[in-house]
Amino acid sequence: MTGIGAVAATSASAPTAGVRQGVGVSPGSAYGPVVRVAAPVQPPQNEAVAEDTAAASEAAIASFMFVAEDLEARSAQADATARDVLKATAMIARDRALHRAVTKHLGEGNGPATSINLAIDEFAAKFEALGGYFAERVTDLRDIGSRAIARVLGLPAPGVPSFSVPSIIVAEDLAPAETATLDRSLVLGIVTRAGGRTSHTAILAAQMGIPAVVQLAGATEIPAGTPISLDGDTGEVVVSPDPEAVASQRLRRERRAAALAEVSGPGRTQDGHPIALLANIGGAEDAELAGAEDLEGVGLFRTEFVFLSAAHAPTLEEQTEVYRRVFTPFDGRRVVVRTLDAGADKPLAFADLGEEENPALGRRGLRLSQALPELLETQLQALAAAARLTGADVRVMAPMVATVAEARWFAERVRANGLPKPGVMIEVPAAALRASQVLAEVEFGSLGTNDLAQYTMAADRMEGELSELLDPWQPGVLDVIAAAANGAKQAGKPLGVCGESAGDPLLALVLVGLGVSSLSMATSKIRGVRLALKTHTMEHCERLAAAALAAESPAGAREAVRAAATPELVALL
Amino acid sequence: MATRTAIIASSIGLHSRPAAIFVEAVEDSGLEVEIGRPGEPTVDAGSILGVMALGARNGETVELTAEGPETEAVLDRLVELLNSDLDAE
Repeated sequence: MTGIGAVAATSASAPTAGVRQGVGVSPGSAYGPVVRVAAPVQPPQNEAVAEDTAAASEAAIASFMFVAEDLEARSAQADATARDVLKATAMIARDRALHRAVTKHLGEGNGPATSINLAIDEFAAKFEALGGYFAERVTDLRDIGSRAIARVLGLPAPGVPSFSVPSIIVAEDLAPAETATLDRSLVLGIVTRAGGRTSHTAILAAQMGIPAVVQLAGATEIPAGTPISLDGDTGEVVVSPDPEAVASQRLRRERRAAALAEVSGPGRTQDGHPIALLANIGGAEDAELAGAEDLEGVGLFRTEFVFLSAAHAPTLEEQTEVYRRVFTPFDGRRVVVRTLDAGADKPLAFADLGEEENPALGRRGLRLSQALPELLETQLQALAAAARLTGADVRVMAPMVATVAEARWFAERVRANGLPKPGVMIEVPAAALRASQVLAEVEFGSLGTNDLAQYTMAADRMEGELSELLDPWQPGVLDVIAAAANGAKQAGKPLGVCGESAGDPLLALVLVGLGVSSLSMATSKIRGVRLALKTHTMEHCERLAAAALAAESPAGAREAVRAAATPELVALL
Repeated sequence: MATRTAIIASSIGLHSRPAAIFVEAVEDSGLEVEIGRPGEPTVDAGSILGVMALGARNGETVELTAEGPETEAVLDRLVELLNSDLDAE
């Protein structure tokens, strides 16, 4: 298994109190004591050879049949999904190829339990080699083996012990037979050390509405009876959490969900000023997902993906088809397209201008388009063709614009292709400070706050050590944004934000107070920002902006705004 | 000995539910049926583990062979199963 689980592996040596990260596979939260699932039964070391191999073979097959009948009996009481899973598992227990393999190992001089184990190993290895879905079926296979071994040895079946206090089940992994037959009224949640997103545990837990986290390193070292809390959305598990913190967290989560569900529709301040709520997307799949959401369009469509994986420049037809798919879900809504933003840090096989000492300050964005104008020309033609094929309100903006001349050069080309709404990204401080003149050339501006912070603070975005300088609340960056907003007002052109800042509910209020009229962000953040707007008037937003600008540090700005925002919003953050 | 080829139509390939339906049909026939990719070693089509481990994906061609009486009709029925999307219902 790779991914998040691999990161958590380092915490395996600390099984006691603390926060740990697994993979959330079934949503919801739970808090309760741990019930440990008995480990699978292993064959004894140096098991005695079966003297009568024919009789031993018959006994082994009979134990598999017993397991199959047990699974089928459970399936009769389970719901539809669990029934299918249990029946499929019973079918494996009855498999004649599996029985033949056991008989073969008995004939080679192994004991009965060892022979069952070897036969299971054989098929498990085949499934693991196939990977993916098959590898996750190995859990089912091993469960059958363990049950059959317990049967031939006369031991109790492995699995979940009986318990009467609502609890969280913790196991190495849960077999479908175990998950499917859990008592929903007693099982608050499930945590496993192994498992994956498509394991039966995950599928059944989600189906049964039981919050679950898989791939939690050290899960099986948590002692029985220890209270733990789990979050099936984020994958976070806390061992021995503070009970009061758990209660207040749960209350806040519930209040927040209820409050967010109450507001919908276009973004508006409390006194009715429209602030468009838009999505940042990177391709056709994103577009389909975002198109189905309650939002007013796309504020940033990054077109790099069309180019980055290609060995040759994509043709007019290829690009038109991709753009058409992106625009289609937004019939009647706006889609702001950013033209190709590549350069030495994101090199293109067919547009390589050579190595650069400092790619962030090199020939990237519009500068690359000016060096290779035919690339931009084909892209604009394709965007215009796709716009004609759909009902979306298509607007096109250039990245990395620094001067009035660049803005004019770009706007001419966009309009010449029959696209009436050219715009520019405001991410270079020079363009922000001269926004009134730059925006006079185009129809709109969009602040790229991540790059604007990097260039204003002279701090490389790729340099983790400099993250405080890159804090979007830096008052110096807010000053530059305020200058751009004033320029936009003078030019009479709308200014939006499409950086990370737009998705932070408090910072979004500051941006609106500075004069920004649209906010584009990850789709998941829109509801929080909509609620923030709904609970503040424009005049209140302006006061919050003034408070942020008066601060002397990012932390001070954040605190000042938090203190002056409505308690209604702050209580939900 | 009779031989037929079929193309796996189930969108998820020949495992899980589609494999179970197919293996049950083989068992019900009472015949010894083998399944494999053309020109490669075959497995017992009556074994769910064998059929799943074959890992046949959507759109792949497989060959069925059987011996015994009335093999033609049985193989026709099995080919028909593989050629339909068993996971669709």
